[in-house]
Amino acid sequence: MAPLREDGSGGQAVKRVQGRALPLRGDDIDTDRIMPARFLVGVSFEGLEKHVFEDDRKAAVRPHNRHPFDVGQYQGAKILVVNSNFGCGSSREHAPQGLHRWGIDAVVGESFAEIFFGNSVMIGMPCFTAAPADVRALMDVIEKRPAAEITLDLAAGTCDAEGFHCKVSLPPNARDAFLSGAWDTTGMLLDRYEEVDAASARLPYVTGF
Amino acid sequence: MGKTLLKKVWDLHTVRQLSTGQTQLFIGLHLVHEVTSPQAFDALRQRGWKVARPDRTFATVDHIIPTLERKRPFLDVIAEDMIASLERNCRDFGVRLAGLDDDRQGIVHVIGPELGLTQPGMTIACGDRHTSTHGAFGSVAFGIRTSQVRDVLASQCLAIEPLKVRRIRVTGSLHPGVYAKDVILEIIQRLGVRGGTGHAYEYAGDTVDRMTMDERMTICNMSIEGGARVGYVNPDETTFEYLRGRPFTPQGDAFERAKEWWRSIASDADAIFDDDVEVRAAELKPVVTWGVNPGQSIAIDETVPAPDQSDEPQAITDALDYMGLEPGQHIEGMKVDVAFIGSCTNARLSDLREAARIVKGRHVASHVKALVVPGSVGVSKAAEREGLADVFRAAGFEWRGAGCSMCLGMNPDKLQGNQVCAASSNRNFKGRQGSPTGRTLLMSPAMVAAAAVAGKVVDVREYVN
Repeated sequence: MAPLREDGSGGQAVKRVQGRALPLRGDDIDTDRIMPARFLVGVSFEGLEKHVFEDDRKAAVRPHNRHPFDVGQYQGAKILVVNSNFGCGSSREHAPQGLHRWGIDAVVGESFAEIFFGNSVMIGMPCFTAAPADVRALMDVIEKRPAAEITLDLAAGTCDAEGFHCKVSLPPNARDAFLSGAWDTTGMLLDRYEEVDAASARLPYVTGF
Repeated sequence: MGKTLLKKVWDLHTVRQLSTGQTQLFIGLHLVHEVTSPQAFDALRQRGWKVARPDRTFATVDHIIPTLERKRPFLDVIAEDMIASLERNCRDFGVRLAGLDDDRQGIVHVIGPELGLTQPGMTIACGDRHTSTHGAFGSVAFGIRTSQVRDVLASQCLAIEPLKVRRIRVTGSLHPGVYAKDVILEIIQRLGVRGGTGHAYEYAGDTVDRMTMDERMTICNMSIEGGARVGYVNPDETTFEYLRGRPFTPQGDAFERAKEWWRSIASDADAIFDDDVEVRAAELKPVVTWGVNPGQSIAIDETVPAPDQSDEPQAITDALDYMGLEPGQHIEGMKVDVAFIGSCTNARLSDLREAARIVKGRHVASHVKALVVPGSVGVSKAAEREGLADVFRAAGFEWRGAGCSMCLGMNPDKLQGNQVCAASSNRNFKGRQGSPTGRTLLMSPAMVAAAAVAGKVVDVREYVN
């Protein structure tokens, strides 16, 4: 489901992310693997979802070793679960953009590269950290039951998956930005737009002197 | 207590204070170009937003267009993609576009004023650092990044931090051969490339009062190279006379009413400034950058610094190495390979007139590749009518089509290898002109013209009399 909007908050608040999940095992998965460099040449982010993990997916040997992004049961997943130092390497904004456009609304992992984390905040995709043992347990739960519905609650800092429960966390400033909608500058600026119209109507050059 | 122009314009455009500590400001004019807008338009499509005020948005193409051969499709597929995206986005979102075949096309900071889109008392935004140029008209003009281009497209507003105001008073008369470009290079050298952080620069004093709009634009243009967020000059009769009769300027009685309002937004005589600086015009000489940022400059008759006489020896050593200069070397006499007259800083008609005056009856040195790239189709046509184009061609300059050209190496006009370029543009960063080892010497357009003729850095004061 889409992030929930908090009434009257301005920007689009992200309070909870809910949906099926997709486990992607491995440490140090870099942005080159998430979005190979040859897809950075376009002038926009449009269509990037088609190229997420493209090289890794091609290299995976079917049918026994299909890449999780190609496994039927994981199609439509909203939550990506990863291990440590996810999103390391070059600072390309295209990596989180591609994942988000594929359908990922939140990531849970042991740790994230700083720039990847920041680029994800800018597009409203929280990257939660959890203890390594909890991440492994969560991956096991998903692999056993791919249809399991996972709920991530930002304010409570919890991850619940049909009986499984663990703590997840975000740095306080990122958590506040999601909860208040402040991450979403445009949404904040569009809020109560009648006030913008009123401000512009006071300007002589807008009204034609 | 009096108010500054910045405070008046800021208050008039404030929608509300945001929880982030920023102010939500209404933007009176949004200028759009092909490089920083495609991802912003994408975001609008993704969220289902429209352009909030297409009537206050105007687009053109400048950064990536070739200045020699404008035939479509461009050979560079990315450039073609960018232009095609802008055309499609303007069509889909109802934004006016002065495209490649439009007589209004040109560098965004040249055409805004030329068309009368830029007016006093406005807030202006554009996804380009040198948007501060428009402050010459007494507007508050912000260079913004792509995510803010998205904000302004969707909401016609910016979330922005409050600014302090530093007044820079330039007093007295400039000597012949010393120009607005030298004034701003001197200011950046004195106050530092980060000296203006968190500030608006208000340029005042009798020297600025006597300057033409073209000169004021050159100064405001490079405000951001000194770290300032915006730069401006209070609007006066010079401003109003420039604007009279331009396509987007109010006409007739509305123009008279506009003038009254424009006068009212100038800083009050008793306005309080956070800081005050004075520059004496008569002390200035032609300035040349020797290093890799616009603050690393010296007067034409000075020598490049030695690392051990500086607070930042490593930066000096690094810059000297890159530029191939020895500590204590004279900049005068340094051989140049390329001469570039162009950019949003210095490619207006008066810049071309002054440069043409230097080269008339002379010829570009045989080893120098020399380009004149007018800032807009309008400037180009006016210069052709006046015969300036013929003067340049006769002197051995290439006369090109309007665009950003060799200022930034995003189009076919690039330095090769470690060529040294005398440039009337605004940035001398490593690799800025398109070659990773290319070397840029920033100076006034008249100084570039003199360097082209001499084949080396020379003192233009010896050419102007």
